[in-house]
Amino acid sequence: MGWTRKDLLAMRDLDASEILLLVDTAATLQEIAGREIKKVPALRGKTIVNLFYENSTRTRTSFEIAGKWLSADVINFSASGSSAAKGESFIDTAKNIAAMSPDVVVVRHSSAGAAELLARALPCSIVNAGDGAHEHPTQALLDLLTIREHKGHFEGLSVAIVGDIAHSRVARSNIHGMRKLGMTVTVAGPPTVIPPFVQELGVKVAYRLEDAIRDVDVIMMLRLQHERMTAGLIPSLREYSRYWGLTLDKLRAQARPDVLIMHPGPVNRGIELSPEVADGPYSVILDQVAKGVAVRMGVLFLLAGSRGAEQA
Amino acid sequence: MSLLIKNGRVVDPASSTDAVQDVLIAGGRIERVGRDLPPAAAATVLDATGKIVCPGFIDIHVHLREPGYEYKETVATGTRAAAAGGFTAVCCMANTHPVNDNRSITDYIRARAAVEGVVRVYPIGAVTRGLGGEELAELAELAEAGCVAFSDDGKCVMNAALYRRAMEYTLPFGAPVISHAEDHQLSLGASMNEGVVSTELGVAGAPAAAEDIMVARDVLLAELTGAHVHIAHLSTAGAVRLVRDAKARGVRVTAEVAPHHLLLTEEAVRGFDANTKMSPPLRSKRDTEVLLEALVDGTIDCIATDHAPHAGSEKEGEFDRAAFGIVGLETAVGLLLDRLVKPGALPLATLISRLSRDPARLLGLPGGHLAPGAPADLTILDPAAEWTVDPARFQSRSRNTPFGGWPVTGRPWKTLVGGGIVWE
Repeated sequence: MGWTRKDLLAMRDLDASEILLLVDTAATLQEIAGREIKKVPALRGKTIVNLFYENSTRTRTSFEIAGKWLSADVINFSASGSSAAKGESFIDTAKNIAAMSPDVVVVRHSSAGAAELLARALPCSIVNAGDGAHEHPTQALLDLLTIREHKGHFEGLSVAIVGDIAHSRVARSNIHGMRKLGMTVTVAGPPTVIPPFVQELGVKVAYRLEDAIRDVDVIMMLRLQHERMTAGLIPSLREYSRYWGLTLDKLRAQARPDVLIMHPGPVNRGIELSPEVADGPYSVILDQVAKGVAVRMGVLFLLAGSRGAEQA
Repeated sequence: MSLLIKNGRVVDPASSTDAVQDVLIAGGRIERVGRDLPPAAAATVLDATGKIVCPGFIDIHVHLREPGYEYKETVATGTRAAAAGGFTAVCCMANTHPVNDNRSITDYIRARAAVEGVVRVYPIGAVTRGLGGEELAELAELAEAGCVAFSDDGKCVMNAALYRRAMEYTLPFGAPVISHAEDHQLSLGASMNEGVVSTELGVAGAPAAAEDIMVARDVLLAELTGAHVHIAHLSTAGAVRLVRDAKARGVRVTAEVAPHHLLLTEEAVRGFDANTKMSPPLRSKRDTEVLLEALVDGTIDCIATDHAPHAGSEKEGEFDRAAFGIVGLETAVGLLLDRLVKPGALPLATLISRLSRDPARLLGLPGGHLAPGAPADLTILDPAAEWTVDPARFQSRSRNTPFGGWPVTGRPWKTLVGGGIVWE
C-alpha cells in the first residue's frame, strides 16, 4: 500500500499499515548516514520550510539535515526575529509562506491543533513536528524504528512510559502508535501528571515506578519540566527524582536484563534519569537521535516525493 | 394601526393555549385572541395558516458588545440578529468597554437601543466595578437607570464575601444577580472540558467541578441572604443536581441553559475549530442528557443563547489562544425545533415557554404571554421551512458559530415588536 495522505499530523489518524510503511521507508534510508557523500537527489527542486514557533534544537536540526540529504531546499523560519514577533497572526504568517509555494511545511508550535489548522488552511503538505501537548508523530516513529532495530518486532512488546504524561505529546503519539502495532503500554507517574481517563486510550496506569518497569521490554522516560512545580503538580524536583528518577539500582532490582531505556530528550540528568542510566548499556538515547534523521527523510520523501510523482 | 393574525396555531403557555386561533393587535398591544375574529376588525390581515404564533421570545443572556467592541457587534446589528432569530427582547451583559458599571453606560446603551434597536433591549449592570471582583459597582443607581439584573458575566466573582454583599444590597431592587459559575483557579488555562477528549487532544481542560463548586457556593449564598440568584449557562449534570436540590429546599435560585450545551458535546472540539470553544465548555454526552431532562422538568427555567460575537481573527487561530464564545441568536430557535422538538425530546409548548413566559417571569419583564393588554410582541414560527445555517447570511456582525452548514427544519417566520413587524 502506498502513501496517500497530504499531511502527517497525528499517529491517531494512521492505521498500522501506514505506520509500518513510514518505519520501513525510514529503515531503508538509514544507510545514507553512513555514506561518504550524504546526498541523494530524491527531493531535488523541492522546497521545505521549517516553521518553528517553539524553541527546538534537536527536531529542527533533524528535519533540516533530513531535507538536505534528500537534496531539497530547506528554509528555517523561527518565530523570534520574524513577522510573528511583530504581531502577525499564525494563520497570516502561514498563508504568506504558502504564497511562496513550498512543497512541505514542517511546523512546531506550542498550541495543540496548530498543525491541523495549517493543514486545513494551506495547499502544501504539513508535517507536525510537535503541537503543544497533542502529538509529535515523527518522534513516535523514530522511537518505533529504534525499538524494532533492537527487538526485531513490535507485536507483544510491553512498554512503560514514565513521567509527565499529561503534558507530553511524545507520550500521546507513542500510545497511539504502539497500541496500533500490538504493544502493551503502561503510563506511570504521580497522579497529578496522569491525565484523566487515560485508560480509555487503551493503556494501563501505574503509580509506582517499581510497578511500571517490572518485566517490560522498553522504558521510556519523559523530561520533567521545571514549571510543573510552580503549577503545584509536584512538591519538588528532589522528591520527584527520589520516587520517579530511574537509577541503576532500581533498574537492576526490577527490570529485565535486556530492557531498552529511551528518552526523547533533552535529558534532565539526575532528575528523571541518573547519569549512569542515561549513558549506560541499556540506553539507546543517542540511537534514537540518529534514527530521527532517517524517519524525517522517510516522511519528507513520502509526502513530497509522492506528490511529485503524481504531478509527473 | 391594527393587525389581525388569522388561522395560526396559537401556543401561549401562560394561558395553556394550543389551538388554531386568531390574534388581533391594536395600538401596539394584544386586543383579543379567539376563534374566527372578523377580518373587518383590522386594517391588515396576516394569514398564518400552518404557522405557530407565540409570545415574543426573550433572550436574557446576550453580548451586544457596544460600547467598545463595535467591530464584533453593535446594538443595531445585535438586535437585528435577535429579530431574525425570533427574539423580541434581549438582555445585554455588562462586559463592554467601558464596563456597564455606572449609569452613563446604561444610559448610553438604552439611548442606542432607542435610536437603532430593532427589538427591546434590557441592560444588565455589572456587580463589581470594572468587573474587577473587588468593589461593588453603584448598584442602586444602575437599577434606577434600568438595569434588570446584575452580573459580572464572563468572570466569576471569586470573593464570596463580596458576592454575599452584592446579593444583600440588591435585595430591595427586585433584580437578581446572575452568576457566571466558574472557579477560575480550577479552570486556569483551560480551553475545553476536562475529560477523555481533552486528554487525547492535549488541550488543558476545566473539570465540571470548576462550575459545580461555584453553583454550590451561590446556592448557599442565596440561602444565606434570601436573594434571588440566577445561574447563567448551566452546563453540567452536577450543577443541575445542585439547582434541583436547592429549589426543593425553597432557595430562590433559577437557571438557564444555552442551546449549544444541549446540542453539542466535547467531541465537537476534535478538529480544533475555535468555534467549539466557549465558557463554560462543551461537556459530555451525559451532561447534555441531564440538561435536557432538567429543561423539560423545569429545574432549568429558561433557554438563553449567551450570544457572544467575535471577529474572525479572534477565532481562526490557535485553539488555546482563541476567544471564548459563539453567536447564538440566529440559530437557537431553528436548531431547537429541529434537533429537540421534531424528534419528540422537547415538547413544543415547553420550548416556547422556556423562551418566552419563563424568562419574562424570571426577570419581571413585560411580555411573555398573549393576554389582552400585553405588549404585542410575537414570534411566528414556520415549522416546515427547510434551510441551512449559513453564517455569511447572518445579520450579526460576527460569524463565529459551530453550526454552519447544519440542515434545519423550522425557523422564525415573522417577528413582531409592539405590533410592528421587525423581521420577516
